[in-house]
Amino acid sequence: MPALEFRDVSFARPGGNRVLDHFALNVESGEVLALVGRSGAGKTTLLKLANRLLLPDSGAVVVDGCDTREWDPIRLRRRVGYVLQDVGLFPHMTVEQNIGVVPRLEGWPAGRIAARAAELLDLIGLAPEQFASRWPDELSGGQRQRVGVARALAVDPPVLLMDEPFGALDPVTRAELQAEFRRIQNQLHKTVIIVTHDMGEAFALGDRLGVIDDGALVACDRSAAIVESHDPRVRRLLDAVTLLSPPEAESQRSRAAPAAEVREGGAPRPIK
Amino acid sequence: MVMAVIAFWKSHAAELAGLMAQHVLIVAISTMVAVAIGVPLGVFASRRPRLSAPIVGIVNIVQTVPSLAMFGFLLPVPLLGGVGPRAAVVVLILYGLLPIIRTTIAGIAGIDASVREAGVAMGMTPNELLRLVELPIALPSIAAGIRVAAVVGVGSATIAAAIGAGGLGEYIYRGLSMVDTTVILAGAIPAALLALSVDGGLLWVERQLLTRRRTRSRRAAVSLAAAAVAAVLLSSGLVAGRSGGAIVVGSKNFTEQMILGEIIAETIERDTGLTVKRRLNLGGTLICDRALMTGDIDVYVEYTGTALTAIFHQPITPDARASDSLEPGAPGVGPRRLEGGGAPRAVDVDNVFPRVRDLYARSGRTLLPPLGFDNTFAILVRGSDARQLGLRTIEDAAREAPHWRAGFGYEFLERPDGYAGLARTYGLRFASAPRVMDLTLSYRALASRQVDLIAGDATAGLIKSLDLVRLEDNRQYFPPYDAVPVARAQMLLRYPQVRAAIERLAGRISADDMQAMNYAADGRHEDVSAIVRRFLAERPRGAR
Repeated sequence: MPALEFRDVSFARPGGNRVLDHFALNVESGEVLALVGRSGAGKTTLLKLANRLLLPDSGAVVVDGCDTREWDPIRLRRRVGYVLQDVGLFPHMTVEQNIGVVPRLEGWPAGRIAARAAELLDLIGLAPEQFASRWPDELSGGQRQRVGVARALAVDPPVLLMDEPFGALDPVTRAELQAEFRRIQNQLHKTVIIVTHDMGEAFALGDRLGVIDDGALVACDRSAAIVESHDPRVRRLLDAVTLLSPPEAESQRSRAAPAAEVREGGAPRPIK
Repeated sequence: MVMAVIAFWKSHAAELAGLMAQHVLIVAISTMVAVAIGVPLGVFASRRPRLSAPIVGIVNIVQTVPSLAMFGFLLPVPLLGGVGPRAAVVVLILYGLLPIIRTTIAGIAGIDASVREAGVAMGMTPNELLRLVELPIALPSIAAGIRVAAVVGVGSATIAAAIGAGGLGEYIYRGLSMVDTTVILAGAIPAALLALSVDGGLLWVERQLLTRRRTRSRRAAVSLAAAAVAAVLLSSGLVAGRSGGAIVVGSKNFTEQMILGEIIAETIERDTGLTVKRRLNLGGTLICDRALMTGDIDVYVEYTGTALTAIFHQPITPDARASDSLEPGAPGVGPRRLEGGGAPRAVDVDNVFPRVRDLYARSGRTLLPPLGFDNTFAILVRGSDARQLGLRTIEDAAREAPHWRAGFGYEFLERPDGYAGLARTYGLRFASAPRVMDLTLSYRALASRQVDLIAGDATAGLIKSLDLVRLEDNRQYFPPYDAVPVARAQMLLRYPQVRAAIERLAGRISADDMQAMNYAADGRHEDVSAIVRRFLAERPRGAR
């Protein structure tokens, strides 16, 4: 049984703007699925459907064999860790208190919360004695992102949703955190959906890759198979990666500019 | 000046402490209630943005009503209004709501969207989100609103003395009505200091809330603030509670009334041993009347002519008996002459007292025997003018009036037995429309030539001290204004000894006595209670 399943899901924004159109996807227990797509492709909507921040217009989202419509939203959300792009650490709480929020809601005793926070700080590579009592605005961007991951893992949820988790970081820190993530995942074996607009990140993190374009899944396979794809919508994303990857020479960077222009400016809308 | 104020504080230390305690108590209670209402309302408004604008709009409008007007609006409102600290607390709550609601909304709206989203995504219920995320983050902003509400409250509470709420405004009003800067400052200085220290103290708490670096000091700040509030409430409650008593004596807001109120209060205390609560300096006639109706006060001194015309809207004419004007709803202002009648008719002096007594009796109030003097309106001019122009009567003055300016108190301009009828009776016309001014200030305005004619009280002490001359009412426009205690019949039934005590004052205060006492207060700035004690001591209890 897949841990998470999108069955023929359609979803439109209140304005009538269709975001997902008969979308289908299975995520197996313990795998990391990286979903790639351009901004506005509907990636964040997918995550919000998975923890019932949104409900589908038609079709069903099934978590642990149970339709999200039947889940108590509070219970479901505490079973599903969520890491936001801009983290959203609570500014009035220390690192330890931030990590301890869900355990506290679950009524854990204080001692157990403190122990768990220390354990997680160790896991994400921040020394507890040094970081537990710090405030969010005393952390660097990468440290904040790590704390965000620790907070999402606090009650050991089987499923983890990550929305562009390392998007706002500089390339070096991002690479570091990606490696860190793989290390942690090898220990924990969570079911993870990561959404990103960065194909490079998707390759670095995902066991499988899904490519979303205009509300539909156009490809979903192991990285090796994706690289071979001839689908123009997949190729466009792949080309952007090769153009922008860091070790490339000067000449290639100059070619990146027109490519970026195409992406942002008058990119041809995919044919329906 | 400074020395005089300090001397005043020294001689009134106990009273000052009591007023300060009342002041703090009013502000503390109203601010706390405003928080209890305002914060939930602000949260509600931020949950429903569509209702936010109307809510803020309404509170905004409330805020624009001048506080004195607000006290006026509340006077007839049952439960919330009336006179005394309760109405003051209600008004202060209304004023406190706006800053608190606003800062609550702003504090919650200022929270980073991703922070709120994180809370929801982590499975917080709306209540948990509010308790753990929204309120703590909005707290410094809300605290700023509470500070504004409290500081505004300290200021507005001084005005509440006009409706007998007590507090430091009591000195300010007393000083205004006695034209005594020392007494005004004696109230204004501590009020300003109180506002500054409330501002400073709450600002400190706010800063502690903002610097969440040291959780311990923040917690200390919160518990310190809580302890301070509790201590203030407790001590204020104790001090203010001591002034609570069985019989409440009221008075209007001018010197003579405060002296009379003090005489009644002192007499009841001396003769019956009952506790007396003084609510002196209560605004004008109608406020006192309303307070007596609602039971906020038990007794005050009224004037027969005033009761007849201003309270019961009865005509002054003696024909009342014949025309049966005792009927409720009888036509209001009495014409000076009969329609089509010939000669001007004298006011039937003997008739006024029984008529007023009957009118009071119908509404559960008892008119007690007159104190012995008639405080009629006195049309006053400067002594120099009177001598130079040979003025003796109001009729004489009417000749000069076209070159003159007049200044009248609010009441005199509005009352049925006031300016309009006087002008009609004597054909008075002035160079310009009469200036509206505070009754007490008008004496000095006349003496300093800002105006040339005023309507004062016949017994005013300032008449003598400022060399003013009273013109004779030769057409007998004014009804008699015998000073008479009015009391709630219920209270008199319960405490017959109070009735006996007040009745022993009947006929004991002559017009000369009254003028002398008024002069002692207004001219020599003596303390009202000292004047009253001396007066009562010189005249031991009369024979029964």
